[in-house]
Amino acid sequence: MHLKRESKLRLATVGGLFVLSNSAVAEYGLNLVEPASEITRSVFDLHMLTAKLAFYISVIITVLVVYILVKYRRSSGAEADMQMHKGKFGVFSWLLVPIIVLGIDLSIAGPGTKTLHQVERHVDAELTVKVTGSQWKWTYDYLDNDVRVVSNLQEHEPNEPGYLRSVDKLFVLPVDTNIRFLHTATDVLHAWWVPAIAIKKDSIPGYIHETSTRITKEGTYYGQCAENCGTGHAYMPIVVQVVSKEKFNDWVALKTAEASAAAAEASADKVWSKEDLMARGEELYVKNCVACHQVNGEGIPPVFPALKGSAIATGAVADHLDVVIKGKAGTAMAAWGGQLNDLEVAAIVTYERNAWGNDAGDLVQPADVKSAR
Amino acid sequence: MTSNEDSYYLPELSKWPVIAATALFITLLGVVLWVNGGSLWITGLGLVGMGYMFFGWFGQVIEESMSGKYNAQVDKTFRMGMAWFITSEVFFFFCFFGCLFYLRTISLGWLGGEGTMARSNMLWDDFAAAWPLISLPNGGGGLYAEAKEAMGPMGLPLANTIILLTSGVTLTWSHHGIKHGNRFQQVWGLVLTVLLGVIFLVCQAYEYYHAYQEMGLTLNSGIYGATFYMLTGFHGFHVAMGTLMLFVILVRLLKGHFSNEHHFAFEAVAWYWHFVDVVWLGLYLFVYWL
Amino acid sequence: MSDAITHEAHHHGPPTGAKRWLYSTNHKDIGTMYLIFALIMLFLGGAMAMVIRAELWMPGLQLVEPDFFNNLVTNHALIMVFAVVMPAGVGLANWMIPLMIGAPDMAMPRMNNMSFWLLPPAAILLVLSMIVPFFGGGQTVNTGWTLYPPLSIQSGMGMDFLIFTVHILGVSSIMGSINIITTIINMRAPGMNMMKMPIFVWSWFFTALLLIVIMPVFAGGVTMLLFDRHFGTSFFDAAGGGDPVLFQHIFWFFGHPEVYVLLLPSIGVLGMIIPTFSRKPLFGYKSLVYGMAVLYGLGLIVWAHHQYTIGMSIETTTYFMIGTILISIPVGLMIFNFIFTLWKGSITFETPMLFALAIILMFSFAGTTGVMLAVVPADLQYHDTYFVVAHFHYALIPGSLFGLYAAVFFWMPKWTGHMYNERLGKIFFWWTTIGFNLTFFPQHFSGLAGMPRRIVDYNMIFTEFNVMSSVGAFAFGLSHLLFLYIIIKTVKGGEKATTEVWDGSSIGYAGLEWTVPSPPPFHTFEKAPVVK
Ligand code: HEA
Ligand code: HEA
Ligand code: HEC
Ligand code: CUA
Ligand SMILES: [Cu+2]
Repeated sequence: MHLKRESKLRLATVGGLFVLSNSAVAEYGLNLVEPASEITRSVFDLHMLTAKLAFYISVIITVLVVYILVKYRRSSGAEADMQMHKGKFGVFSWLLVPIIVLGIDLSIAGPGTKTLHQVERHVDAELTVKVTGSQWKWTYDYLDNDVRVVSNLQEHEPNEPGYLRSVDKLFVLPVDTNIRFLHTATDVLHAWWVPAIAIKKDSIPGYIHETSTRITKEGTYYGQCAENCGTGHAYMPIVVQVVSKEKFNDWVALKTAEASAAAAEASADKVWSKEDLMARGEELYVKNCVACHQVNGEGIPPVFPALKGSAIATGAVADHLDVVIKGKAGTAMAAWGGQLNDLEVAAIVTYERNAWGNDAGDLVQPADVKSAR
Repeated sequence: MTSNEDSYYLPELSKWPVIAATALFITLLGVVLWVNGGSLWITGLGLVGMGYMFFGWFGQVIEESMSGKYNAQVDKTFRMGMAWFITSEVFFFFCFFGCLFYLRTISLGWLGGEGTMARSNMLWDDFAAAWPLISLPNGGGGLYAEAKEAMGPMGLPLANTIILLTSGVTLTWSHHGIKHGNRFQQVWGLVLTVLLGVIFLVCQAYEYYHAYQEMGLTLNSGIYGATFYMLTGFHGFHVAMGTLMLFVILVRLLKGHFSNEHHFAFEAVAWYWHFVDVVWLGLYLFVYWL
Repeated sequence: MSDAITHEAHHHGPPTGAKRWLYSTNHKDIGTMYLIFALIMLFLGGAMAMVIRAELWMPGLQLVEPDFFNNLVTNHALIMVFAVVMPAGVGLANWMIPLMIGAPDMAMPRMNNMSFWLLPPAAILLVLSMIVPFFGGGQTVNTGWTLYPPLSIQSGMGMDFLIFTVHILGVSSIMGSINIITTIINMRAPGMNMMKMPIFVWSWFFTALLLIVIMPVFAGGVTMLLFDRHFGTSFFDAAGGGDPVLFQHIFWFFGHPEVYVLLLPSIGVLGMIIPTFSRKPLFGYKSLVYGMAVLYGLGLIVWAHHQYTIGMSIETTTYFMIGTILISIPVGLMIFNFIFTLWKGSITFETPMLFALAIILMFSFAGTTGVMLAVVPADLQYHDTYFVVAHFHYALIPGSLFGLYAAVFFWMPKWTGHMYNERLGKIFFWWTTIGFNLTFFPQHFSGLAGMPRRIVDYNMIFTEFNVMSSVGAFAFGLSHLLFLYIIIKTVKGGEKATTEVWDGSSIGYAGLEWTVPSPPPFHTFEKAPVVK
């Protein structure tokens, strides 16, 4: 008798702690992050339902077992009931347990299915963004307005709050808008995941699938790549900046203007000077290529070859352009032709041929790249 | 022959298992080196070891069997062993058939713009899903080269079907011969079966040659070529093994190893052969025909 | 060699020298070799885990490069699963099944030895796969144990070593399983009918059946990987019409049933230990057997719950969700049968029993987090985070590893003829249990907070949980030195064990293992005993 009350008490305290921790979750990170969209909200509720069930089942089993252990321990003189498994209970419990468990199962599957339908429902999108994962950065294409954002890791020291969480270019989205994401990848699997605003779906090279969301709160949301993609898997953070619709439109206008200026610059059959190409080339190289070939051009042999003094970077221009534009199938070296415009490729290749003591000496102009494509 | 009815035969220490493990290790180590640009001689060494092991181990088993060390219970063990081994083989092929169905009916649809991931078609301009898949999503650039045409079900494949089915019949005929002590029937049934097996292999080799030389159908021609060679190749490998086993059985038959009650080795190989037969029917249906 | 065998030759006791082990055809010796192999590999796989935990001790790169880190993760998992838990399970099967059912040996003793001797080559290949990248073998295998393409296609020749490791292990498991099934069906002593078999034998019956179905499929999958890597096929490349996700389907068709391969032998062990120390017959023997059959069937058809994020249709996803959730029914039945066995018993707390009780509690907890993961929309948040890592270590360590520890303490007196030191056993129990929970409980929270798995480095918001986890891991790791000490001490000597060993050992559905002396003679049951 005495014991029973005690175990009830314990149940109450532990349960209480759990409920308390619910309200404090957001700050202390003991639970899923605070949802900021309709979808993640209902997923969060579902999670709370199953988590509570899991918790109660574990507590009930623990209490039951502890109770039995105390009551039927031999040192208290308990004697075994050798006939119990032959009694009524012994004969019918095989039915009883499954029925009860089935009941609990169905009460989980029901809400689960409902939320699934909600997650997979694709309302008409007001904004569609193609999200592409590559080793190791994210590219966002706003399909309705020719805007592209390439988002790379921003370096920090391990003791800084931004370490592995901040990027050079933010991904900007409007609040209260039906947004559709098209997920894909260029090389290996990745998964774009920002827990507060959208569920995760894998990015699969060669395939596209959709998720959608409607974000209800402005703010900055963090996430990171959630599917192992190799060396830089820990270095693919995501930062989403959610702003008002007006601000978003301004931002898009700005980006569109920038993009068309860059395109005009690249396609004008201008001949560039070495200094300009080297400067641009260095910047682009640092952004796109250092993850593998390193700042000093020495790579990480044997996996990522050195470009410093390499046969390709000092040999024929055509071969060099070919590798950069078309990539090397079956290796981490991607086809950059699709991601970089003529001017950018020209700049990078020029840089590689003249940096780190490489002395090819030649210049590559956008027009050369165009004809090499 | 003395038969030991009441005690289960337990072999003494045997060196063959360790030799088998070592030989397999060397063979596979050799394959790793080979696919990474090395030469094949280590694999060869391993295979020689395997051959030595098979001769030795099976030789010992045959000897034990002939000297009557195996009682009925041991016989039952062998039967079960073979049956479960074939079961595991069934699942090996199940894997490849499963892949074929998945690729044909699910992922190809996505690439071609149907189903849950229909948007994938955005990435592959103008790609339309069709089976057999001749024009590839990427238009046949990069690593892959498109085939000129697909392998039809008529001609050689049909002939091969008939050959294999016939070989099943001749094998059963031979088995009846053994059961009823008809020497002519046992021997010629088995000889015919071995011959049919060899003819099948020759036809298939010719088919591959034709596919590579004239149809441009290779391992690199996208998933049609890949699944085609994977399924027919592994099947062909099993036929080759089966033929070899049948040949060994034929030699043993000629030596008079089998009585009309005791001929489990024959039966085991026959089961295996029928299994290979059934797999072929599946292949013919799903790889060549549909 | 063979013609020298006479019936008497059997009675001369064990052969001597290296040949006894290399050429063995004795189920007890082979069982011992399996167990020792598993123990060695436990230290190897555990040492890798220690490096992982040391690296994750705090933000920043401490010890290893990112690629090597993920290589450690890959091989830690492969070793623990394929070279520790599975071989140890087969070792127990080898030792106990013939003793339990009254068979003179396994049905195919020579093949049995081959199953074992394939393991060291596999282990060598596995270790080589880690080493070759340092000698110009290309990219390390940084994929994780799931070996997903296209990443695994980028890997260097280490990946080829792993592919063939899988092939050899597959051959070994299939041969082992054929042997076990045949032994169970064909080698039972007269009167030992199937429904009298100890539950441990049943658990291995279903485990072996599972292995025969899944290992060939996995072998087929990695073969395709090999072809994609070296022979120009495009199974997993969309450019040629293939699909990377296809590999995931193959892997998990193997991988999910595999977790029950790891679990079931331990369930069998619990089914022996709990009645013994409750001194009361196993409750619901029949429903346990049928429950395992249901688990077998369901286990084979729910694999895609590891792939909810790959974009399947709603109907398919719903099917896999409901199927997965339903698995709680047979497993729940097993757990409750154990609890009802305790009910109205006369319970004592020897080390094996302590482990068994801890397993009931901690594994049920793992199962409930499993059910949380099974619910699709929620899994779309949990997937590939440390929440999953926490779930599966709770399932794997209590669900398989602790089951093996319990079995070792339970049967060691039978194997060696000596009692282990009970006080040290209890210390080991509490030490591991506390260390284990300290290691993996916090990981639930780091997962929920958003920490993905397979990352070498993280932001400082995850620091606290990781520090706890690392401290726990070192404590847990060190406890294994005590384990080793206890085992060595018991093998060397100690209080003599009786034939029955435990006073409750023959209650209920015990087999014949308690009728032979401790340690059993080299050959047992040469004349089949008759079971009434
Ligand atoms: C021993 C190993 C083991 C066992 C037994 C289990 C058991 C289960 N597992 Fe687990 N699992 C793994 C090992 C294991 N798992 C591993 C290794 C991975 C990760 C692999 C990787 O990605 O690397 C994984 C991953 C994994 C996932 C994928 C997560 C993800 O990647 O997103 C899922 C999702 O459904 C899942 C579910 C389950 C379920 C439903 C069970 C069920 O079988 C559990 C059933 C048991 C119970 C439910 C408890 C007892 C029942 C009761 C007390 C009755 C009352 C209970 C209820 C009504 C809920 N597991
Ligand atoms: C049966 C299987 C099994 C077992 C027993 C373990 C045991 C352990 N595992 Fe593992 N683990 C897996 C199966 C298993 N694991 C799987 C399948 C994965 C997924 C891999 C993937 O993502 O691909 C994984 C992944 C995994 C991760 C995630 C890595 C990542 O995603 O980045 C971590 C991190 O903490 C981890 C830790 C541990 C620890 C601390 C132990 C400990 O229990 C180990 C304790 C044992 C010892 C330590 C024994 C050795 C003792 C000594 C060597 C003495 C000396 C000791 C000291 C000096 C301290 N494991
Ligand atoms: C994800 C890693 C990665 C990134 C990012 C990357 N490369 Fe590479 N690169 C490789 C790998 C791997 C190879 C080796 C391919 C092979 O095996 O032939 C390579 C090869 C090359 C070569 C040929 C070198 C030689 O000597 O064979 C050139 C030139 C090159 N890359 C240029 C670039 C440029 C320019 C960029 C950026 C725009 C870039 N790479 C970005 C991984 C990468
Ligand atoms: Cu991209 Cu992980
Ligand atoms: Cu699973």
